[in-house]
Amino acid sequence: MRYKTNPIDRTYFPDEPAPDFNVIGSVVQRSDALGHVTGRSSFFEDLSPPGLLHLKAHRSTRHHARLATVDTSEALAVPGVVRVLTHADIPNNVFTPLKLIGVQPDDEPVLAEGKVRYLGEPICAVVAETEAAAQEGAARVRVGYEELPAVFDVEEALAEGAPIVNEYHGHNYFTYEGHHCRRIRFGDVEAAFAAADHVFEWRYQSAPIEHAPTETTGCVVVPQPDGRLRIHSDTQACFFTLDNTALILGTPFNRLRIVGGTVGGGFGGKVDVAVEPVACVAAMLTGQPVKYVYSRYEEMQVSSPRAAERIYIKDAVTADGRIIGRKITLYVDAGAYSRHSPYGTTKAAAHLPGPYSIPNVWADCHCVFTNRTPSSAMRGFGVTIGDFALESQMDRIARALGMDPLRLRLRNAYRDGDLKAHRKVAEGTALVEVIQKAAEMVGHELPEEYRRMSSMDGGGR
Amino acid sequence: MASQVVNLRVNERSREFLAAPGTPLLSSLRDALGLMAAKRGCAQGSCGTCTVLLDGRPVMSCLVAVETVDGASVRTLEGVARGGDLDEVQSAFLEGFATQCGFCTAGMIMTAEALLDRNPDPTRAEVVEAISGNVCRCTGYGPIVDAILDAAARRRKEDAAARRKEDIAARWGTADIAATPGTADAAARRRS
Repeated sequence: MRYKTNPIDRTYFPDEPAPDFNVIGSVVQRSDALGHVTGRSSFFEDLSPPGLLHLKAHRSTRHHARLATVDTSEALAVPGVVRVLTHADIPNNVFTPLKLIGVQPDDEPVLAEGKVRYLGEPICAVVAETEAAAQEGAARVRVGYEELPAVFDVEEALAEGAPIVNEYHGHNYFTYEGHHCRRIRFGDVEAAFAAADHVFEWRYQSAPIEHAPTETTGCVVVPQPDGRLRIHSDTQACFFTLDNTALILGTPFNRLRIVGGTVGGGFGGKVDVAVEPVACVAAMLTGQPVKYVYSRYEEMQVSSPRAAERIYIKDAVTADGRIIGRKITLYVDAGAYSRHSPYGTTKAAAHLPGPYSIPNVWADCHCVFTNRTPSSAMRGFGVTIGDFALESQMDRIARALGMDPLRLRLRNAYRDGDLKAHRKVAEGTALVEVIQKAAEMVGHELPEEYRRMSSMDGGGR
Repeated sequence: MASQVVNLRVNERSREFLAAPGTPLLSSLRDALGLMAAKRGCAQGSCGTCTVLLDGRPVMSCLVAVETVDGASVRTLEGVARGGDLDEVQSAFLEGFATQCGFCTAGMIMTAEALLDRNPDPTRAEVVEAISGNVCRCTGYGPIVDAILDAAARRRKEDAAARRKEDIAARWGTADIAATPGTADAAARRRS
């Protein structure tokens, strides 16, 4: 055997029922690897049913505009073009994917209706016998726009008089139980600032991040003899896609069958229900199999990126490095539609103020609509950028105080039994031990007092 | 312009099919010949997942107009494992956990095959350079580079064993030497 195996470190997990563990610490081959190395794994686009039609979208060339006219006659005249779909062909055109867990309102059209809210928003879907004809048809749709003022900055979007991006909300923020943002109120931050030896405030800004999976988003929908539709997709969320698609089509869930699970790179971006509903409608209307797959350009331009975030953190700190108050204003740029960002913003709030016990915390977390590409899930969304900001803040405080950044973190680290800002008691904390181990591994010396700290001691703050 | 008949020798079989002018080699392999291992990732020559060997050299098959290579020899991932046995590169990828989503794998393995054909003992830097046109977005480059180096070592060992067997056969005039089954065949196949 050429593999290294790592037995469980009993110092950290004394209670784990190790003797009968047979996976952790052993080598288990991926069940799909043999198919991958022989080229036999079946990705959705490897399916090529007879009579396959191709679908391409005509997309908005404006960031924010009213649709005055949409002329599909030239597209229909392209040889090979079978049909051009507009919003009128979609049974329930307006949806939001998280309605499955009660997130409302529906705020996104499958195909644009009345106006477009971001560059690249799909307006028409051209169905043709060949991919080239579908592309040609999509290029020949003529759209008359009435340009609207666009807003691209989260704080500008929330300012008085900003253009309204998404009328389904009526304002440029998502509403949480009647509030304009997700809020945390714990202790009294203003008193902490008054009592502090130092107050530090910095601003953090991230850019949207594209997933760029090697396999672009797509699906092949095949009508079945029993009238059902079989959807071959690279979605990361088969049932989530099936349920949302059924709601959009207005059909019972059992009219759809989804075949998936082999995903050519999915880092969160393939949980949006981006291609299946319109491909299903095309398959229903034509009675033929339909393929809808993003080009690389579409993948880069219109697939959901990780949301850009802007985060302000203001900390009240004592001379010996104890953080006694933390005030955070966080903006998540959802882009034009909700998708998964209302949930991501809640996650961001739940993660504050980081893995530290701070007695006074105040946070406003805004999920903001702008005329940018709608953002959505990506690896740890809502948390990752917050961590970048929080840990950058810790380093900057340490630098300002002339303190070892690890000791600053150990001094403030949460312990089992501490009450977190959102009123949950922390359990299973391990930040202290992780820092101690990391320090040891890189030869970063910690004084005895810090080496003796434990997540199990000193909690209940 | 009318479609034309194209002949290719694909994985050592003669294949004849119709192609419209400008049809990418990738599309012909997938749509006309049903060989789905090579993938379409970008259709613009920037991701490498459609890499196949054209007369032994790695090419991005999405950029090759198939009528311009009429008569050529093409090797795809389907032609690498023969008789059901994985070759050294495939085995090293499998055992070295060098696949994640699997979408770049066909291109990575074909690029590795081409590298090891021309350089049986590459340095790590040479492996990195060889796969620099192949994008892995799961960012598993470390295990992929390790697997290619491992495959090179396995192949050198096998080739040495095969050479010894051939030497003995030449000297003693016998082919009846017990050796690892298949290794001489594999080595001979690659040299042919």
